[in-house]
Amino acid sequence: MTPTQEIPLQQVDDVVIRFAGDSGDGMQLTGNQFTNTSALMGNDIATFPDYPAEIRAPVGTVFGVSGFQVRFSSNDIHTPGDQPDVLVAMNPAALKVNLADLKEGGTLIVNTGNFGDRDLAKAHYDSNPLDNAEELADKYNYIAIDLNQATLDAVADCGLTNKQALRSKNLLALGMLYYAYSRPFDTTEKWLATKFSKKPEILDANLKALHAGAVIAENSEFFAIKYKVGSAPLAEGTYRNMGGNAALAMGLVAGTQLANLNLFYGSYPITPASDVLHALARYKNYGVTTFQAEDEIAAVCSAIGASWAGSLGVTGTSGPGLALKGEALGLSVMIEQPLIVVNVQRAGPSTGMPTKTEQSDLNQALYGRSGESPLPIVSCSSPGDCFEAAIEAVRIAVTYMTPVILLSDGYIGNGAEPFLIPDISSLPEIKNAFAEEGDTRKPFDRDPKTLARPWIKPGTPGLEHRVGGLEKAEGTGNVSYDAENHERMVLMREAKVAGIADSYKPLEVFGEESGDLVVLGWGSTYGAIRSAVERCHNKGMKVSQVHLRNIWPLPSDLKDVLSKFDKVVLPELNRGQLNRLIRAEYLIDTISLPKIQGKPYGGAELFAHFQKILNA
Amino acid sequence: MSTVTEYKKKDFVSDQEVRWCPGCGDYAILAGVQQVFAGLGVAKEDFAVISGIGCSSRFPYYMNTYGFHTIHGRAPAVASGVKIANPELDVWVITGDGDALSIGGNHLIHAMRRNLNIKVLLFNNRIYGLTKGQYSPTTSPGLVTASSPYGSLDQPFNPIAVALGANASFVARTVDTQPKHLKEVLKAAHAHKGFAFIEILQNCVIFNDKVFDHIVDRSVRDDRQVDLRDGAPMVFGKELDKGVRFADNGIELCAADEASNWDAAEATSADAMRLCQGSETAEIPVPIGIFKAIERPVLEEEIHAQIAATTEKLGEGTLESLLNAGETWDID
Repeated sequence: MTPTQEIPLQQVDDVVIRFAGDSGDGMQLTGNQFTNTSALMGNDIATFPDYPAEIRAPVGTVFGVSGFQVRFSSNDIHTPGDQPDVLVAMNPAALKVNLADLKEGGTLIVNTGNFGDRDLAKAHYDSNPLDNAEELADKYNYIAIDLNQATLDAVADCGLTNKQALRSKNLLALGMLYYAYSRPFDTTEKWLATKFSKKPEILDANLKALHAGAVIAENSEFFAIKYKVGSAPLAEGTYRNMGGNAALAMGLVAGTQLANLNLFYGSYPITPASDVLHALARYKNYGVTTFQAEDEIAAVCSAIGASWAGSLGVTGTSGPGLALKGEALGLSVMIEQPLIVVNVQRAGPSTGMPTKTEQSDLNQALYGRSGESPLPIVSCSSPGDCFEAAIEAVRIAVTYMTPVILLSDGYIGNGAEPFLIPDISSLPEIKNAFAEEGDTRKPFDRDPKTLARPWIKPGTPGLEHRVGGLEKAEGTGNVSYDAENHERMVLMREAKVAGIADSYKPLEVFGEESGDLVVLGWGSTYGAIRSAVERCHNKGMKVSQVHLRNIWPLPSDLKDVLSKFDKVVLPELNRGQLNRLIRAEYLIDTISLPKIQGKPYGGAELFAHFQKILNA
Repeated sequence: MSTVTEYKKKDFVSDQEVRWCPGCGDYAILAGVQQVFAGLGVAKEDFAVISGIGCSSRFPYYMNTYGFHTIHGRAPAVASGVKIANPELDVWVITGDGDALSIGGNHLIHAMRRNLNIKVLLFNNRIYGLTKGQYSPTTSPGLVTASSPYGSLDQPFNPIAVALGANASFVARTVDTQPKHLKEVLKAAHAHKGFAFIEILQNCVIFNDKVFDHIVDRSVRDDRQVDLRDGAPMVFGKELDKGVRFADNGIELCAADEASNWDAAEATSADAMRLCQGSETAEIPVPIGIFKAIERPVLEEEIHAQIAATTEKLGEGTLESLLNAGETWDID
């Protein structure tokens, strides 16, 4: 397929496309293909998959709509975009759920083949919304096409049943957009060839549908203009497209390699954390053992056992699973051994909204254990950042002999962006400090600097000892109910965790070091805050951004940094959990910006908030 | 791992003062385990003794080995992680009827199903001791306890039946006050490659005293117990003159020379299941000894074999290969 020169080619710098259809329509796949192709073209990309918790919700229903938003740009971008420029709606339900978000003047592609009376009824439309074609055409570049029939025509000679043939309709839509945005087919062709290597007739149909989409787009003149999006001014280096959960898994593997440890990952399947388990299960040749436990409790307990035996035990879960692991985390605090608990957060409480994002487990991470049981908390701020955050969690766990909670969320876990492959020499050195035979330290003697106890693994001759959840005597670790000793040990564990802040890099302030407003964030709000703050800078507003990697203990320089601004504002996808912590720790006035809709903040949305705060 | 020296029982006695009640059955079990460990030919540092919560679970503190007193019910889960992370360790789990069959029931059955090479000693005294005498999942109906002042209404588990049902590859029962039998069973469990489940009938002198006397008291035990020995006839009595045999509708008493031979490797466990579910007060004696011993794949071996095979196929992973996998592009 060579692009014709008759249709004008226009350079644009930023496009947002949303694919929406039934959960069985292959929208995630289509979006991922568009993403990978665009990444390989050098665009900066950000994605936002939004799918129902049901695997195959009843066909055609509003709650069964699955969406995938991809933003690709020749600029350095930080979010998957607020409003789509293009909406692909595969059925009435997808149109109903998504049309309000489409930018005015944007492109609306509707599969008219799925707009029969029954389809409309399932989406609870009283009349066919496409009847007002003129209205739609006034407002949007409205493209009505029967993708079903077009697909059946395109793959007619593949020898498939109608049902099989119709499965390729997402690729036909993808082909149309590849044409409109001047994307090459080779990435998707290669991917299809691998995926359907054993089903040549399906491969053939998919390739035909993909190419037919481009031909139809060209011949029909659906698009008055073809677009080109140049490559983004990303830093020099080698890149790969990286999803958050995949990056987190890679970071854990890298961290254990740096520490010269084997990784043991005990986990129980839970949305949206399961992909971390899936990714790690493929890393067997990196000394990784995965253990799919019978429940969340067994998952964390097996990881605790593995750490005791000298591996780095890691467990991964989402909010409700973290609740189940609470008691075992207390044990881990008590025996002072490395452990990482990954929490890919989702909207709670209880089962909540499993596929929707939220940052509402911060309180649980900080306080969700019995007794005085502080532990360090590390957070990830973007899909690619999960890599570095996971290494930081390994560093802290191993250096300080402590459990660490690593907070990600569904938004960054499922999202993707270009990932600059780091120089290995830039990764931190992590020392595991196993005691060897002949070591004269007692099991709970401490390193004077880190206050970490020695890591003594079973199998080491002469150092046999017992650990457990009962309070320990200082030094020996023998069981002790002595009143003074208990208080000393509580304070010792607290001081050890507090001391971790001494090992942080200094905080980075994006923008001026002082000004009218500082936006303090953590986790997945990073991109939206960055976009909003950049907009503020363009308008000459004195707004800066500070984003936390380490949430507990808080960085020692944070209070100072915040004090140089008139106002401190904290956007969070919860009811203000970090906000409360900051107020409690520093006795300063702050402004909380909570959002609890299972949806991330957008840059424009935050910018509006900041403007309002500054004008108040 | 160092070369194994000759050990004596005292080598396995820790410096911690034992805090069980005087007369508790746990003392005899502790002594038996210490004696057996000394003779297994395993280096002391390679033993990992792991427990949950309860009277029995204080056990690791009294063993001069690596020990881990974990949390209630979770010892099999912790032990699974330990054994998978380091298969060379000799992993023993100490648990009780509440710890293993109530709060930790899920972990126990899944550890059995997976067949890790770990040994689980369940001290069954049919009562919660450390929490001061509530009925447990093995308490007989009608027992008056702190939490059942008018008699317990719960139907109990039969631990052997649970283990057989969960397909443990080695299932045995022994008695706290029968040290010779206890040690034989422990040795057989250690020799077994795979998960070994051992129910130890154990007396709680404070909250459920003499609960097993109708089976284990010296005056009756020759007639009330039949010791299951693989390949040997099921005979009992002081003179071993009585026997048990399988009949069409179950099990019946017979003369010693008519006794059925016991087959611990019987694949379906049907006979073991029939035997273990007999009434404790009927004429048929209560079986002790080895109900089941079969070979099947051991999880940690399979895991490490799969890792080795994958590594062989893909090459040992490095930071370079990790970071540069998949499709990449350059920006310059």
